[in-house]
Order: sequence, then structure tokens, then C-alpha cells
Amino acid sequence: MPRWFLPAAILCGAMFAATPIVIAYAPFESTMGLVFKIFFYHMPSAWMFLLGGIVCGVASVRYLATGAARHDRTAWAAAELTVVFGLLTLVTGPLWARKAWGTWWVWDVRVTASLVSWMIAVAYLILRRYGGPGSEKLAAGLALFGMANVPFIYISVNYWRTIHPATSVVPTLPVSMGGPLWFCVASFLLLFILLFKMRVRLEEQRARLDAVYLSLDE
Amino acid sequence: MFARAVWLILRKDLTVEMRSGEIAYTTLFFAVSCILMFAFALVREGRAPEDGAAGLLWIAIAFAGTLALGRTFERERQSETLRALMMAPAPRPAVYVGKLIGIVALLAVVEIVLVPLVALLLEARVLLERPFWLAAILAAGTTGFAAVGTLFAAMLIRARTRDVLLPVLLYPVIVPVMIAGVRGTAALLQPEVDTAILGFWLALLVTFDVVFVTLALWTFEAVMTD
Repeated sequence: MPRWFLPAAILCGAMFAATPIVIAYAPFESTMGLVFKIFFYHMPSAWMFLLGGIVCGVASVRYLATGAARHDRTAWAAAELTVVFGLLTLVTGPLWARKAWGTWWVWDVRVTASLVSWMIAVAYLILRRYGGPGSEKLAAGLALFGMANVPFIYISVNYWRTIHPATSVVPTLPVSMGGPLWFCVASFLLLFILLFKMRVRLEEQRARLDAVYLSLDE
Repeated sequence: MFARAVWLILRKDLTVEMRSGEIAYTTLFFAVSCILMFAFALVREGRAPEDGAAGLLWIAIAFAGTLALGRTFERERQSETLRALMMAPAPRPAVYVGKLIGIVALLAVVEIVLVPLVALLLEARVLLERPFWLAAILAAGTTGFAAVGTLFAAMLIRARTRDVLLPVLLYPVIVPVMIAGVRGTAALLQPEVDTAILGFWLALLVTFDVVFVTLALWTFEAVMTD
């Protein structure tokens, strides 16, 4: 592991330990009250979910174009994080929606697009796990198609109706609200980077081990 | 050269299919069984659910299409002809296009039987009165479904668990096709056809087709090379 890993991990742990306090001191949102606090976890995990998807898609395209195993490992690590943060997003979302909108689930654009993208990420992992040898390129193809699919999902679902708050809300939040929110985003981003680094390293070690086995056989 | 290679592959597939009829008959019968199951499950006292016909038609197409995709490539694998196909002096994208047209043609035959059946069993006779719009929606939707499906089925040919993996991978990716196909068909079921809505869904389907066929042509080469 690189030298910065351990201090960064300790920092990340401290930040996550501090988030409940920061969130508790953030002001109450007037119309939604206490339930608004879920947002401090929901939005950062949704962003990390998106980040994971983008990293996986870009790495997959590069893998298809170059064939370098390095990009494949990146894509795999990113896909796992996409599934984890996507699950957090999809669990915290309905908890919030139940209180704010009155229903657990709505077929709104972002909700539906997130669900379908998450399903594609899960399909990616299933393929990697059970596809057998040679499934790396297949998985890269799936990631590419999944990424290209997002705008279509968006347009097709958008033609129904949308009640999810728009992204433009975030910069307009008052500092007392925005500060804690950005703190949570930073915590989640650090967690994402650490987990990603760890996961890529695991795959690198595995590849190195395979290479050693192969050279022993010869 | 490209068009000729496509034609030769298509003709080969059609000849094999004409002689055995295996995929066409099984897919067709499966699709009809699906519609019957839906009819038993959803039609109560002779009344079908509102807009149900549109959804059931597309689910039946997706299910039958998955079956046909799996079988088409399974046949190549069983007789070890895939390697020959890959070694043939034809451009790889031509192999993809030939297979794609074959699947679309097969599904077109299935749809010709399915549509009247759905129209009769699920109270959607109005579909038959608007054949051109319906044909356009079906053609665009089927092409989109088959464009992704052909690529995935071809890629999965060497995977151990291909039968299970094909729907697992395919269905999340074709969500937009399903939405657009079902909504477009549902628009046809209205007493007055709203051409603006219909045109929107059709345009979305055609865009999807163009984007995904292009992507598949590029990926097929990279994915099918060992």
C-alpha cells in the first residue's frame, strides 16, 4: 500500500465519526424537518454512485480500445463501488421519499435511471463472477452499453413526469446547510478513493500471483 | 464486399432455418404460449386491463427474442461453425450485421402471428386498423432489441452460463426500448392517435437503433477477437 494510505484511512474514519455531529448541528429544513437529514448521506452516495459508473465506463472503453489489463482491473473495482454506493443511494432515497413525497417509490426520471444503472452494474458483477474465462471483454462491452444507455433511459422516463429535486438546488443552499453537505461529500469521496485503491491493489496482487503460478508451471 | 458478406451470412442462416425450422417454430410457439399465459392471468370476465395489450405484446417479443438469440448462437457453437465463421475472409462487422438481420427477420415472422393474437385476446382490435404506425414502431423496437441482443448473445457464446446470463445482461440495457415500444403502442390504442406522441417514441427508438448498432459494430470486432 502507498504511504499515504494509512493516514488517509484514519482521516476518513475520523471524518465519518464526525459526520453525525455535523449533520446534527446543521439547521432544520423548514418544510421537511428531521427527515431532511437523510439528504446528507443520500446525495454524497448518489454522487459516488455516479462517479463509480463513469470510472467503470471510461476504463471499459479504454480496455476495449487498448486491451491493457490495467484498465480492466480499474473497471472491475469501480463497478463494485458503483454497486455499493448505488445500494446506499437506493435505500436512503425511499426512506426520504416516504416522508417528503408520501410514497416509498416513484417512477421518476432520476429514480428509475438510477435503478436501471444499478441493475446494469449488478449484471456486470454477475457476469464477472459467473461468466468464466474470457468474460473481461464481454463485461467491458456491457459497461460501454450501460453507459450509452443512460441518456436514453433519461429521455424515455422523462416523458412521464419528474418530481425529484433538480441539481440546481445544491449551490443555492445557505452556507449553514451547504457546509455540512460538502463535508459529507468530502468524506464519501475519500472513502471512495480508499476503497477503490484497495480494490485495484487486490486485483493487481491477484494478477501478479497468477503470473507467478504460470511461470512456475513452465 | 461488405454487403455481399452480409448477404451470404444471412442466406446461410435462412437456409439452415428453412430446412430445420427449429428456431422459428419453437420461438413462435413460445411467444403464443406467453400471450396465452398473460391472457389467463390478466383477462377477467372477458375484460382485458387497459393498455395491457401494448405491454404484453412487448414482453412476449422480448421473451421470444431472448430464446431466439440464444438458440441462433447455440447452433453455431454446437456444430463448431463459429470458428469457421470467424476465420472466413469476411469483415467481422459483416458477420454481426448478417446475424442481426436474420434475428430481425425471424422476430418479424413471430410478430406477424403475435399481433392479431394480441388484438383478439386482449381487446386491441384497433391495432389492426393502424398497420403502418404499428409496423414502424415494431420494426424500430425490434431492431433496437436485436441490435443489443445479437452482440450480447455473440459475446456470451463462450461463457459457461450463457443461457442465464443473456436475459440478465440484456433486459436492463433494453429498458428504453421497452418503454418507448410500449408507450408508442399504447398511443396507438387510443381512440384518437396523437401523432406528436407517436412520433416522439418512434424518433427515440430510431435514435437508439442508430447509436447501438454503431456501438455494436465497433465492439463486435474488439470482443470477438481472442
